[in-house]
Amino acid sequence: MSTSRRAAIVGVAESDTGATPHLSVMSQQAKAAKAALDEAGLRMSDVDALLTAGSWAWGPSVSLAEYLGIRPDYLDSTNIGGSSFEAHVGHAAAAIEAGLIDVALITYGSTQRSDPFNNGLVEAADVMSRQFEEPYGVPLPIAAYALAANRYFHQYGVTSAQMAEVAVSARQWAGLNPNAYNREPITVDDVLASPMICEPLRKLDCCLVTDGGGAVVIAAEDRWTDVATHPITVLGHGEAITHSSIANMPDFTVTGAAQSGPKAMMMAGVQHADFDVVEVYDSFTITVLLTLESLGFCKPGEAGDFVARGRIAPGGEFPLNTNGGGLSYTHPGMYGIFLLIEATRQLRHDFADPLRQVAGAELALVHGTGGMLSSASTVILGRS
Amino acid sequence: MVNVVPYPEARPFWEGVAQGELRLQRCQDCGRAVFYPRALCPYCHGDRLGWFVASGSGTVYSYTTVHRGFGEFAGQAPYSLAVIDLDEGPRMLSRIVGDVTVSIDARVQVEIARFGDHNSMALPYFRVLRA
Ligand SMILES: [Zn+2]
Repeated sequence: MSTSRRAAIVGVAESDTGATPHLSVMSQQAKAAKAALDEAGLRMSDVDALLTAGSWAWGPSVSLAEYLGIRPDYLDSTNIGGSSFEAHVGHAAAAIEAGLIDVALITYGSTQRSDPFNNGLVEAADVMSRQFEEPYGVPLPIAAYALAANRYFHQYGVTSAQMAEVAVSARQWAGLNPNAYNREPITVDDVLASPMICEPLRKLDCCLVTDGGGAVVIAAEDRWTDVATHPITVLGHGEAITHSSIANMPDFTVTGAAQSGPKAMMMAGVQHADFDVVEVYDSFTITVLLTLESLGFCKPGEAGDFVARGRIAPGGEFPLNTNGGGLSYTHPGMYGIFLLIEATRQLRHDFADPLRQVAGAELALVHGTGGMLSSASTVILGRS
Repeated sequence: MVNVVPYPEARPFWEGVAQGELRLQRCQDCGRAVFYPRALCPYCHGDRLGWFVASGSGTVYSYTTVHRGFGEFAGQAPYSLAVIDLDEGPRMLSRIVGDVTVSIDARVQVEIARFGDHNSMALPYFRVLRA
């Protein structure tokens, strides 16, 4: 992307997360958008592209544009699940490269904890799912991830105890994040002693159920001199879809990250060893193991060993999900935007706490997974 | 109560279930069996799909046991769901019925039955065959 018009993240913000009965799905996004634009030193009137995803309106970007009082000429309500926001970064970067837009605003909001009946997170199942999944009593999404986990365990001999390390490390990172929903330390034994929900997934293998909203502002390089933050460049991006319903996943142990990851890395011209910090969607602990393998950070079946011995915990050699993740920080239904926010802050060196801040972080990989391990979207971000 | 309103291209499937048969589509162009029912073959994209009665035999690719069911299924937990590689090729998700514990690679056989209350419609479930 070096010869084309570059795009960078110039502002990020969350709205309140956790339990937010004082906020609607719209005010979540409006507050986050204002904070992210303020940080960048940009105004709402600078926004010429609006990208959001949700099931709370027939056209979320249309509704939100009206609510915000803006008339962007580039709209994107693409919803491919929790990975939508990584896809939105790719779409915005492509539009900037093509000269269509200068400033893009990406937002997400959810009130699934405080107002589960009015946040529109759960869409009607598609016709296929209504006929061939729902009648059997398939609790989605957890049953899909449990089916993948059991297959993965069977194929490679990875154990629940190995997988639990993902939750233990996430909680350690959350302990360093004052905004995290759950911060008290847990052990592998705690994870294994938590109630079984859908074998082999236990309660502490599952992401949180919270409210929350976030925003990311992306600007073309011609605007970088106007902004108040250190721009974090979008170096590469890739999207993939392997299936929609879990029974149609070609190989339960390989996600679309095996396509989107190499595509993004090739665009960025970087190798696995180059990354200083990695943020991947942790809807469930199994999601992290499969994603690390599919991205190529380790070989198939080796992720259990890869995450062992505190390697992904604070101070470990592979800093992963450094805000505590969807497992311990926040998970308002779709988490993808929070991966981007955290990676940006790490690359800007925003954190004073030397354990919380990955020292000298220059390059980050962000990976979203959506649906039933269905969609994948990778973004490579760089400080320089 | 479980009820399914078939979408048009799936009607022969559900008519088959009502008659105690597991019916699949077969592509007249590439010869592959297709599930779930579609207007185009997902492999070669041919549009000539016929119906046949499957053997109902398959092998478990993966399974999970649900301990917390949702909604009308909450009272049925624990129960096992499986993704089954049918002998004819397609993969299908269903519920395991019967006494034999499910495991990956277990052989299973379709059993069309009603589950739950008497208003529930018949569905293709699978029974684990003893090794
Ligand atoms: Zn065909």
